[in-house]
Amino acid sequence: MKSAVILFPGTNRERDMVAALRKVTDAEPIIVWHAETALPDGLDLIVLPGGFSYGDYLRAGAISAHSPIMRDMVRRARAGVPVLGVCNGFQALCEAGLLPGALMRNASLKFVCREVKLEVINARTAFTHLYRPGQVIRCPVAHHDGNYFADATTLDRLDAENRIVLRYAQGTNPNGSQRDIAGIINDAGNILGMMPHPEDLTEPLHGGTDGLALFLSIATAMQEKAA
Amino acid sequence: MKARIIVTLKESVLDPQGQAIEGALAALGFAGVASVRQGKIIDIELNDPADAQARLEAMCEKLLANTVIEDYRVEMVSENR
Repeated sequence: MKSAVILFPGTNRERDMVAALRKVTDAEPIIVWHAETALPDGLDLIVLPGGFSYGDYLRAGAISAHSPIMRDMVRRARAGVPVLGVCNGFQALCEAGLLPGALMRNASLKFVCREVKLEVINARTAFTHLYRPGQVIRCPVAHHDGNYFADATTLDRLDAENRIVLRYAQGTNPNGSQRDIAGIINDAGNILGMMPHPEDLTEPLHGGTDGLALFLSIATAMQEKAA
Repeated sequence: MKARIIVTLKESVLDPQGQAIEGALAALGFAGVASVRQGKIIDIELNDPADAQARLEAMCEKLLANTVIEDYRVEMVSENR
């Protein structure tokens, strides 16, 4: 699986992401600096990792969403290349208009850094098919702006189209997110944005491996597509 | 020419920072505060005044405000004050 991880000034979780990707593919993930204007050819996955691109200036993800590399990223995403945005990456995908809604300041106004429980609502995506529907997994979160907001029409549509892929399991919503939304997918099913960090629970030394199936899901989906 | 962009959260969007400010005002003994909403101000100086309003609005739509959650207002700042 050929993957690229986009690096913005202020991104700080790209190494965790690369480490997680290395567990599921022999192909070395390619780190691409935001000032580049073209991504490598033949990508099976583009990842926008976590961090604080541009210091969260203006709004989290707002400046990075308009970085030079994003023009090609958006083009590839619209052409169907799978895209995973985690934390700051999710914020940037919303700001770029690839996913609906916005991520606002946590309702508590506090930075949250802890483990939550996630319920896999849609286990039929390329990103989650190795989980069971309704499976509850452990996952770390670390963010200040993870409070998902969209108008009622958009939320109803996400619900009806089964595009809320991950929810904070009951009682663990760390940020006031509407309808306990932790991760959503676009209508074409190739762009997933999520606030929690599955890459940080992928080996026993992390204290668990609940996040690994997400990366294995993508890798096997890509293998099946190639076969 | 100068313009001031005022970005605020939409009325329909909960503003936890505004609520925290409201709570702090009450704690300081300021009575009679019905509600507090906060936002941001962006001052922009343009080299060329042509189509200023339209250009500034385009900047707001594209970058300065996130219209999913925010409203914006463009005010032209008079130079002679």
